[in-house]
Amino acid sequence: MTDSHHISRRDFIKLATIVGGGVIGTIIGIPGLVYLLDPALKSEQGETWISLGPLENFEIGKPTLVTFVRSRVNGWEKTSSSYGVFVLRKSETDVVVFSNLCTHLHCRVNWVEEKRAFVCPCHDAAFDIDGNVLGGPPPRPLDRYEGEHAKIEDGVIKILFKEG
Amino acid sequence: MWRKLYQWLEERLGLSDLYKSLLDRPEPKGNWWNTLGSASLFLFLMQGLTGIFLTVYYTPSPDHAYDSIQYIMTGVRFGWLIRGIHHWGASLMVLVVFIHMLRVFVTASYKYPRELTWLVGVGLLLLTLGMGFTGYLLPWNQKSYWATTVGTAIAGTAPFIGEFIMKALRGGSDLSALTLSRFFAAHIWILPGLLAALIGVHLYLIIKHGESAFPDKDD
Ligand code: HEM
Ligand code: FES
Repeated sequence: MTDSHHISRRDFIKLATIVGGGVIGTIIGIPGLVYLLDPALKSEQGETWISLGPLENFEIGKPTLVTFVRSRVNGWEKTSSSYGVFVLRKSETDVVVFSNLCTHLHCRVNWVEEKRAFVCPCHDAAFDIDGNVLGGPPPRPLDRYEGEHAKIEDGVIKILFKEG
Repeated sequence: MWRKLYQWLEERLGLSDLYKSLLDRPEPKGNWWNTLGSASLFLFLMQGLTGIFLTVYYTPSPDHAYDSIQYIMTGVRFGWLIRGIHHWGASLMVLVVFIHMLRVFVTASYKYPRELTWLVGVGLLLLTLGMGFTGYLLPWNQKSYWATTVGTAIAGTAPFIGEFIMKALRGGSDLSALTLSRFFAAHIWILPGLLAALIGVHLYLIIKHGESAFPDKDD
Protein backbone atom coordinates (compact mmCIF):
# COMPACT_ATOMS: atom_id res chain seq x y z
CA MET A 1 0.00 0.00 0.00
CA THR A 2 1.67 3.19 -1.17
CA ASP A 3 -1.23 5.58 -0.76
CA SER A 4 -2.67 5.25 2.72
CA HIS A 5 -6.04 6.70 1.66
CA HIS A 6 -6.63 3.78 -0.60
CA ILE A 7 -7.30 0.31 0.62
CA SER A 8 -5.91 -2.50 -1.47
CA ARG A 9 -8.24 -4.93 -3.18
CA ARG A 10 -6.89 -7.71 -0.95
CA ASP A 11 -7.43 -5.81 2.26
CA PHE A 12 -10.87 -4.77 1.12
CA ILE A 13 -11.87 -8.40 0.51
CA LYS A 14 -10.43 -9.40 3.89
CA LEU A 15 -12.32 -6.63 5.65
CA ALA A 16 -15.54 -7.37 3.78
CA THR A 17 -15.24 -11.05 4.69
CA ILE A 18 -14.72 -10.30 8.36
CA VAL A 19 -17.53 -7.72 8.54
CA GLY A 20 -19.93 -9.76 6.42
CA GLY A 21 -19.14 -12.92 8.37
CA GLY A 22 -19.56 -11.08 11.65
CA VAL A 23 -22.95 -9.68 10.68
CA ILE A 24 -24.26 -13.00 9.38
CA GLY A 25 -22.79 -14.77 12.41
CA THR A 26 -24.66 -12.47 14.79
CA ILE A 27 -27.92 -12.70 12.85
CA ILE A 28 -27.77 -16.49 13.07
CA GLY A 29 -26.01 -16.63 16.44
CA ILE A 30 -28.58 -14.80 18.54
CA PRO A 31 -31.55 -16.93 17.45
CA GLY A 32 -29.30 -19.94 18.01
CA LEU A 33 -28.63 -18.92 21.58
CA VAL A 34 -32.33 -18.23 22.25
CA TYR A 35 -33.13 -21.66 20.78
CA LEU A 36 -30.69 -23.40 23.13
CA LEU A 37 -31.78 -21.51 26.24
CA ASP A 38 -35.51 -21.50 25.43
CA PRO A 39 -36.69 -23.80 28.27
CA ALA A 40 -34.85 -21.65 30.80
CA LEU A 41 -36.39 -18.46 29.41
CA LYS A 42 -39.98 -19.70 29.60
CA SER A 43 -42.13 -18.81 32.58
CA GLU A 44 -43.67 -21.81 34.28
CA GLN A 45 -47.41 -22.34 34.19
CA GLY A 46 -49.62 -20.43 36.60
CA GLU A 47 -51.84 -21.29 39.52
CA THR A 48 -55.15 -23.12 39.86
CA TRP A 49 -57.75 -23.54 42.53
CA ILE A 50 -58.02 -27.15 43.71
CA SER A 51 -61.07 -28.39 45.59
CA LEU A 52 -60.28 -30.55 48.58
CA GLY A 53 -63.89 -31.51 49.26
CA PRO A 54 -66.80 -30.27 51.38
CA LEU A 55 -66.14 -29.13 54.93
CA GLU A 56 -68.27 -31.87 56.49
CA ASN A 57 -65.97 -34.60 55.06
CA PHE A 58 -63.39 -33.68 57.66
CA GLU A 59 -63.48 -34.79 61.26
CA ILE A 60 -62.76 -31.99 63.69
CA GLY A 61 -59.31 -32.18 65.31
CA LYS A 62 -57.84 -34.86 63.07
CA PRO A 63 -55.51 -34.03 60.13
CA THR A 64 -56.69 -35.81 56.99
CA LEU A 65 -54.59 -36.41 53.90
CA VAL A 66 -56.10 -35.30 50.57
CA THR A 67 -54.25 -36.28 47.42
CA PHE A 68 -54.72 -35.02 43.91
CA VAL A 69 -53.01 -35.56 40.60
CA ARG A 70 -51.86 -32.78 38.32
CA SER A 71 -50.43 -33.39 34.90
CA ARG A 72 -48.08 -31.04 33.15
CA VAL A 73 -46.50 -30.96 29.73
CA ASN A 74 -42.71 -30.77 29.53
CA GLY A 75 -41.81 -30.21 25.91
CA TRP A 76 -43.59 -33.07 24.13
CA GLU A 77 -44.01 -35.22 27.19
CA LYS A 78 -46.93 -35.23 29.60
CA THR A 79 -46.22 -36.29 33.15
CA SER A 80 -48.67 -36.74 36.00
CA SER A 81 -47.56 -36.15 39.55
CA SER A 82 -49.56 -36.66 42.68
CA TYR A 83 -49.54 -34.16 45.49
CA GLY A 84 -50.91 -34.28 49.00
CA VAL A 85 -52.07 -31.83 51.62
CA PHE A 86 -53.28 -32.32 55.18
CA VAL A 87 -56.60 -30.70 56.04
CA LEU A 88 -57.11 -29.97 59.72
CA ARG A 89 -60.53 -28.78 60.76
CA LYS A 90 -59.99 -27.07 64.07
CA SER A 91 -63.63 -26.14 64.67
CA GLU A 92 -66.90 -25.99 62.72
CA THR A 93 -65.58 -23.21 60.50
CA ASP A 94 -61.87 -22.94 61.17
CA VAL A 95 -59.71 -24.92 58.72
CA VAL A 96 -55.92 -25.18 58.26
CA VAL A 97 -54.34 -26.78 55.18
CA PHE A 98 -50.72 -27.99 55.42
CA SER A 99 -48.46 -29.06 52.62
CA ASN A 100 -47.33 -32.65 53.24
CA LEU A 101 -43.79 -31.84 52.12
CA CYS A 102 -41.22 -31.92 54.88
CA THR A 103 -39.48 -28.55 55.11
CA HIS A 104 -36.11 -30.29 55.37
CA LEU A 105 -35.66 -31.99 51.97
CA HIS A 106 -39.23 -32.44 50.74
CA CYS A 107 -39.97 -36.01 51.74
CA ARG A 108 -43.67 -36.60 52.42
CA VAL A 109 -44.74 -36.57 56.04
CA ASN A 110 -47.41 -38.85 57.58
CA TRP A 111 -49.80 -38.12 60.40
CA VAL A 112 -49.20 -40.62 63.22
CA GLU A 113 -52.23 -40.60 65.50
CA GLU A 114 -50.53 -42.33 68.49
CA LYS A 115 -47.78 -39.74 68.58
CA ARG A 116 -50.16 -36.93 67.63
CA ALA A 117 -47.45 -35.75 65.21
CA PHE A 118 -46.55 -35.48 61.53
CA VAL A 119 -43.53 -37.76 61.13
CA CYS A 120 -41.06 -37.59 58.29
CA PRO A 121 -39.65 -40.99 57.24
CA CYS A 122 -36.44 -39.61 55.82
CA HIS A 123 -34.53 -38.10 58.73
CA ASP A 124 -36.90 -38.65 61.60
CA ALA A 125 -38.37 -35.20 61.84
CA ALA A 126 -41.59 -34.62 63.73
CA PHE A 127 -44.07 -31.72 63.57
CA ASP A 128 -46.92 -31.12 65.99
CA ILE A 129 -50.57 -30.76 64.95
CA ASP A 130 -50.04 -27.08 64.15
CA GLY A 131 -47.04 -27.90 61.97
CA ASN A 132 -44.39 -26.68 64.43
CA VAL A 133 -41.12 -28.56 64.50
CA LEU A 134 -40.88 -31.00 67.40
CA GLY A 135 -37.51 -32.44 66.47
CA GLY A 136 -35.15 -33.31 63.65
CA PRO A 137 -33.45 -31.24 60.98
CA PRO A 138 -36.31 -29.17 59.42
CA PRO A 139 -35.58 -25.44 59.54
CA ARG A 140 -39.19 -24.22 59.71
CA PRO A 141 -42.75 -25.37 60.41
CA LEU A 142 -44.80 -27.15 57.73
CA ASP A 143 -45.93 -24.81 54.97
CA ARG A 144 -49.56 -23.77 55.06
CA TYR A 145 -52.10 -22.70 52.51
CA GLU A 146 -53.53 -19.57 54.06
CA GLY A 147 -54.57 -16.01 53.31
CA GLU A 148 -55.32 -15.67 49.61
CA HIS A 149 -54.07 -19.21 48.98
CA ALA A 150 -57.04 -20.85 50.67
CA LYS A 151 -60.78 -20.28 50.83
CA ILE A 152 -64.07 -21.95 51.63
CA GLU A 153 -66.56 -21.52 48.83
CA ASP A 154 -70.11 -22.92 49.12
CA GLY A 155 -68.91 -25.15 51.93
CA VAL A 156 -66.04 -26.57 49.85
CA ILE A 157 -62.40 -26.13 50.89
CA LYS A 158 -60.18 -24.86 48.08
CA ILE A 159 -56.49 -24.06 47.82
CA LEU A 160 -54.59 -22.04 45.28
CA PHE A 161 -52.03 -24.49 43.94
CA LYS A 162 -48.87 -23.32 42.16
CA GLU A 163 -47.81 -25.47 39.26
CA GLY A 164 -44.20 -26.02 38.45
CA MET B 1 2.07 -7.34 24.40
CA TRP B 2 -0.21 -8.84 21.72
CA ARG B 3 2.68 -8.77 19.28
CA LYS B 4 4.80 -10.75 21.74
CA LEU B 5 2.07 -13.28 22.37
CA TYR B 6 1.57 -13.63 18.64
CA GLN B 7 5.31 -14.09 18.11
CA TRP B 8 5.40 -16.77 20.79
CA LEU B 9 2.54 -18.70 19.23
CA GLU B 10 3.84 -18.12 15.71
CA GLU B 11 7.23 -19.65 16.54
CA ARG B 12 5.56 -22.78 17.88
CA LEU B 13 2.57 -23.16 15.59
CA GLY B 14 3.78 -21.64 12.33
CA LEU B 15 0.47 -19.85 11.87
CA SER B 16 1.56 -17.65 9.00
CA ASP B 17 2.81 -20.64 6.98
CA LEU B 18 -0.52 -22.28 7.60
CA TYR B 19 -2.32 -19.13 6.53
CA LYS B 20 -0.21 -18.84 3.37
CA SER B 21 -0.77 -22.40 2.27
CA LEU B 22 -4.45 -22.54 3.19
CA LEU B 23 -5.81 -19.14 2.26
CA ASP B 24 -3.07 -17.29 0.41
CA ARG B 25 -2.21 -19.96 -2.13
CA PRO B 26 -1.94 -19.00 -5.79
CA GLU B 27 -5.02 -19.69 -7.92
CA PRO B 28 -5.36 -19.93 -11.67
CA LYS B 29 -7.85 -17.62 -13.37
CA GLY B 30 -11.24 -18.99 -12.60
CA ASN B 31 -14.85 -17.98 -12.20
CA TRP B 32 -17.79 -18.48 -9.86
CA TRP B 33 -18.01 -22.16 -10.68
CA ASN B 34 -14.73 -22.62 -8.78
CA THR B 35 -16.44 -21.56 -5.55
CA LEU B 36 -18.82 -24.53 -5.42
CA GLY B 37 -16.41 -26.77 -3.49
CA SER B 38 -16.10 -24.11 -0.80
CA ALA B 39 -19.87 -23.71 -0.92
CA SER B 40 -20.21 -27.47 -0.31
CA LEU B 41 -17.82 -27.17 2.62
CA PHE B 42 -19.79 -24.26 4.05
CA LEU B 43 -23.05 -26.20 3.72
CA PHE B 44 -21.47 -29.23 5.40
CA LEU B 45 -20.42 -27.08 8.37
CA MET B 46 -23.83 -25.39 8.49
CA GLN B 47 -25.62 -28.75 8.46
CA GLY B 48 -23.30 -29.93 11.22
CA LEU B 49 -24.04 -26.94 13.38
CA THR B 50 -27.81 -26.88 12.89
CA GLY B 51 -27.86 -30.67 13.25
CA ILE B 52 -26.15 -30.48 16.63
CA PHE B 53 -28.71 -27.87 17.65
CA LEU B 54 -31.58 -30.12 16.57
CA THR B 55 -30.32 -33.01 18.73
CA VAL B 56 -30.81 -30.77 21.77
CA TYR B 57 -34.58 -31.43 21.47
CA TYR B 58 -34.97 -34.30 19.01
CA THR B 59 -35.50 -37.79 20.44
CA PRO B 60 -34.82 -40.81 18.19
CA SER B 61 -37.52 -43.15 19.44
CA PRO B 62 -40.78 -44.05 17.69
CA ASP B 63 -42.96 -42.71 20.50
CA HIS B 64 -41.18 -39.37 20.76
CA ALA B 65 -39.56 -38.57 17.41
CA TYR B 66 -42.64 -37.04 15.78
CA ASP B 67 -43.73 -35.12 18.88
CA SER B 68 -40.25 -33.83 19.58
CA ILE B 69 -40.06 -32.37 16.07
CA GLN B 70 -43.53 -30.90 16.46
CA TYR B 71 -42.23 -29.31 19.64
CA ILE B 72 -39.16 -27.90 17.87
CA MET B 73 -41.43 -26.32 15.25
CA THR B 74 -44.02 -24.82 17.57
CA GLY B 75 -42.71 -24.89 21.14
CA VAL B 76 -39.11 -23.69 20.90
CA ARG B 77 -38.31 -20.15 19.85
CA PHE B 78 -36.46 -20.13 16.50
CA GLY B 79 -36.92 -23.90 16.28
CA TRP B 80 -38.56 -23.37 12.88
CA LEU B 81 -35.45 -21.46 11.78
CA ILE B 82 -32.92 -24.08 12.90
CA ARG B 83 -34.95 -26.92 11.43
CA GLY B 84 -35.70 -24.91 8.30
CA ILE B 85 -32.00 -24.29 7.65
CA HIS B 86 -31.19 -27.96 8.22
CA HIS B 87 -34.11 -29.13 6.07
CA TRP B 88 -33.49 -26.87 3.07
CA GLY B 89 -29.73 -26.97 3.52
CA ALA B 90 -29.84 -30.74 3.04
CA SER B 91 -31.39 -30.46 -0.41
CA LEU B 92 -29.18 -27.52 -1.30
CA MET B 93 -26.06 -29.44 -0.29
CA VAL B 94 -26.90 -32.37 -2.59
CA LEU B 95 -27.51 -29.89 -5.40
CA VAL B 96 -24.34 -27.88 -4.82
CA VAL B 97 -22.12 -30.95 -4.42
CA PHE B 98 -23.56 -32.33 -7.64
CA ILE B 99 -22.99 -29.13 -9.62
CA HIS B 100 -19.47 -28.94 -8.15
CA MET B 101 -18.87 -32.39 -9.59
CA LEU B 102 -20.29 -31.31 -12.95
CA ARG B 103 -17.93 -28.33 -13.08
CA VAL B 104 -14.96 -30.57 -12.29
CA PHE B 105 -16.11 -32.85 -15.11
CA VAL B 106 -16.68 -30.06 -17.62
CA THR B 107 -13.29 -28.46 -16.95
CA ALA B 108 -11.65 -31.91 -17.06
CA SER B 109 -10.06 -31.24 -13.67
CA TYR B 110 -10.23 -34.92 -12.71
CA LYS B 111 -7.18 -35.76 -14.85
CA TYR B 112 -3.60 -36.44 -13.71
CA PRO B 113 -2.59 -35.69 -10.95
CA ARG B 114 -6.11 -35.23 -9.55
CA GLU B 115 -7.62 -38.69 -10.07
CA LEU B 116 -7.62 -39.36 -6.35
CA THR B 117 -9.27 -36.02 -5.66
CA TRP B 118 -12.06 -37.15 -8.00
CA LEU B 119 -12.33 -40.61 -6.40
CA VAL B 120 -12.51 -39.15 -2.93
CA GLY B 121 -15.12 -36.78 -4.37
CA VAL B 122 -17.23 -39.74 -5.49
CA GLY B 123 -17.13 -40.94 -1.90
CA LEU B 124 -18.22 -37.48 -0.76
CA LEU B 125 -21.18 -37.48 -3.15
CA LEU B 126 -22.33 -40.92 -1.99
CA LEU B 127 -21.97 -39.95 1.66
CA THR B 128 -23.91 -36.73 1.05
CA LEU B 129 -26.73 -38.77 -0.50
CA GLY B 130 -26.50 -41.16 2.46
CA MET B 131 -26.97 -38.23 4.81
CA GLY B 132 -30.11 -37.26 2.93
CA PHE B 133 -31.46 -40.82 2.99
CA THR B 134 -30.87 -41.39 6.72
CA GLY B 135 -32.01 -37.90 7.72
CA TYR B 136 -35.30 -38.25 5.88
CA LEU B 137 -36.51 -41.00 8.23
CA LEU B 138 -35.84 -39.11 11.44
CA PRO B 139 -39.11 -37.07 11.62
CA TRP B 140 -40.91 -40.45 11.69
CA ASN B 141 -43.96 -39.16 9.82
CA GLN B 142 -45.94 -40.99 7.14
CA LYS B 143 -43.81 -39.67 4.31
CA SER B 144 -40.51 -40.57 5.90
CA TYR B 145 -41.75 -43.96 7.07
CA TRP B 146 -42.90 -45.01 3.61
CA ALA B 147 -39.97 -43.43 1.79
CA THR B 148 -37.63 -45.52 3.93
CA THR B 149 -39.78 -48.62 3.48
CA VAL B 150 -39.48 -48.20 -0.27
CA GLY B 151 -35.82 -47.15 -0.23
CA THR B 152 -34.71 -50.12 1.83
CA ALA B 153 -36.92 -52.45 -0.22
CA ILE B 154 -35.08 -51.31 -3.35
CA ALA B 155 -31.82 -52.36 -1.71
CA GLY B 156 -33.57 -55.68 -1.06
CA THR B 157 -33.95 -56.37 -4.78
CA ALA B 158 -30.19 -56.83 -5.27
CA PRO B 159 -29.49 -60.43 -6.30
CA PHE B 160 -28.37 -62.92 -3.62
CA ILE B 161 -27.38 -60.47 -0.89
CA GLY B 162 -30.38 -58.12 -1.27
CA GLU B 163 -32.30 -59.62 1.64
CA PHE B 164 -29.26 -59.34 3.87
CA ILE B 165 -28.62 -55.69 2.93
CA MET B 166 -32.23 -54.83 3.58
CA LYS B 167 -32.16 -56.47 7.00
CA ALA B 168 -28.88 -54.74 7.84
CA LEU B 169 -30.36 -51.35 6.87
CA ARG B 170 -33.64 -51.92 8.72
CA GLY B 171 -32.14 -53.70 11.72
CA GLY B 172 -34.56 -56.59 11.11
CA SER B 173 -37.10 -57.51 8.47
CA ASP B 174 -39.44 -54.59 9.20
CA LEU B 175 -39.11 -50.91 9.92
CA SER B 176 -39.04 -50.48 13.68
CA ALA B 177 -37.49 -48.65 16.59
CA LEU B 178 -34.26 -50.38 15.58
CA THR B 179 -34.40 -48.80 12.12
CA LEU B 180 -34.91 -45.36 13.58
CA SER B 181 -32.04 -45.60 16.02
CA ARG B 182 -29.55 -47.03 13.52
CA PHE B 183 -30.50 -44.38 10.97
CA PHE B 184 -29.99 -41.80 13.68
CA ALA B 185 -26.56 -43.20 14.58
CA ALA B 186 -25.59 -43.23 10.91
CA HIS B 187 -26.92 -39.73 10.39
CA ILE B 188 -25.22 -38.02 13.31
CA TRP B 189 -22.07 -40.12 13.92
CA ILE B 190 -21.02 -42.55 11.23
CA LEU B 191 -21.68 -40.67 7.98
CA PRO B 192 -20.62 -37.20 9.21
CA GLY B 193 -17.45 -38.76 10.65
CA LEU B 194 -16.59 -40.35 7.31
CA LEU B 195 -17.60 -37.20 5.48
CA ALA B 196 -15.32 -35.05 7.65
CA ALA B 197 -12.41 -37.46 7.17
CA LEU B 198 -12.84 -37.57 3.39
CA ILE B 199 -13.25 -33.79 3.20
CA GLY B 200 -9.92 -33.58 5.00
CA VAL B 201 -8.26 -35.80 2.38
CA HIS B 202 -10.01 -33.90 -0.44
CA LEU B 203 -8.78 -30.55 0.82
CA TYR B 204 -5.28 -31.86 1.44
CA LEU B 205 -5.09 -33.03 -2.17
CA ILE B 206 -6.44 -29.73 -3.47
CA ILE B 207 -3.86 -27.75 -1.51
CA LYS B 208 -1.09 -30.13 -2.51
CA HIS B 209 -1.82 -29.95 -6.23
CA GLY B 210 -3.21 -26.45 -6.39
CA GLU B 211 -6.27 -25.85 -8.50
CA SER B 212 -6.29 -26.83 -12.13
CA ALA B 213 -6.34 -24.13 -14.76
CA PHE B 214 -9.22 -24.25 -17.21
CA PRO B 215 -8.22 -26.06 -20.41
CA ASP B 216 -7.78 -23.80 -23.47
CA LYS B 217 -7.90 -24.37 -27.22
CA ASP B 218 -4.47 -26.05 -27.27
CA ASP B 219 -5.42 -28.71 -24.74
C1 HEM C 1 -19.05 -32.81 0.46
C2 HEM C 1 -18.76 -32.64 -0.79
C3 HEM C 1 -17.56 -31.89 -1.37
C4 HEM C 1 -16.80 -30.88 -0.82
C5 HEM C 1 -16.96 -30.23 0.57
C6 HEM C 1 -15.80 -30.52 -1.80
C7 HEM C 1 -14.86 -29.50 -1.64
C8 HEM C 1 -14.00 -29.07 -2.64
C9 HEM C 1 -13.26 -27.82 -2.64
C10 HEM C 1 -13.30 -26.76 -1.51
C11 HEM C 1 -12.54 -27.77 -3.81
C12 HEM C 1 -11.69 -26.59 -4.28
C13 HEM C 1 -12.04 -26.13 -5.69
C14 HEM C 1 -13.48 -25.81 -5.95
O1 HEM C 1 -14.15 -25.36 -5.04
O2 HEM C 1 -13.92 -26.00 -7.12
C15 HEM C 1 -12.78 -29.00 -4.54
C16 HEM C 1 -12.17 -29.38 -5.73
C17 HEM C 1 -12.35 -30.60 -6.39
N1 HEM C 1 -13.39 -31.50 -6.14
FE1 HEM C 1 -14.63 -31.42 -4.54
N2 HEM C 1 -15.93 -31.34 -2.89
C18 HEM C 1 -16.99 -32.19 -2.69
C19 HEM C 1 -17.48 -33.15 -3.58
C20 HEM C 1 -16.84 -33.54 -4.76
C21 HEM C 1 -17.34 -34.52 -5.71
C22 HEM C 1 -18.70 -35.22 -5.57
C23 HEM C 1 -16.38 -34.66 -6.71
C24 HEM C 1 -16.38 -35.56 -7.92
C25 HEM C 1 -16.85 -36.79 -7.93
C26 HEM C 1 -15.30 -33.76 -6.39
C27 HEM C 1 -14.13 -33.63 -7.12
C28 HEM C 1 -13.25 -32.58 -7.00
C29 HEM C 1 -12.04 -32.39 -7.83
C30 HEM C 1 -11.48 -33.36 -8.90
C31 HEM C 1 -11.49 -31.14 -7.45
C32 HEM C 1 -10.24 -30.48 -8.02
C33 HEM C 1 -10.69 -29.40 -8.96
C34 HEM C 1 -9.54 -28.57 -9.48
O3 HEM C 1 -8.41 -28.76 -9.03
O4 HEM C 1 -9.86 -27.71 -10.31
N3 HEM C 1 -15.59 -33.09 -5.22
N4 HEM C 1 -13.69 -29.78 -3.81
S1 FES D 1 -36.65 -34.68 54.54
FE1 FES D 1 -37.88 -34.78 56.28
S2 FES D 1 -36.42 -34.95 57.79
FE2 FES D 1 -35.15 -34.78 56.07
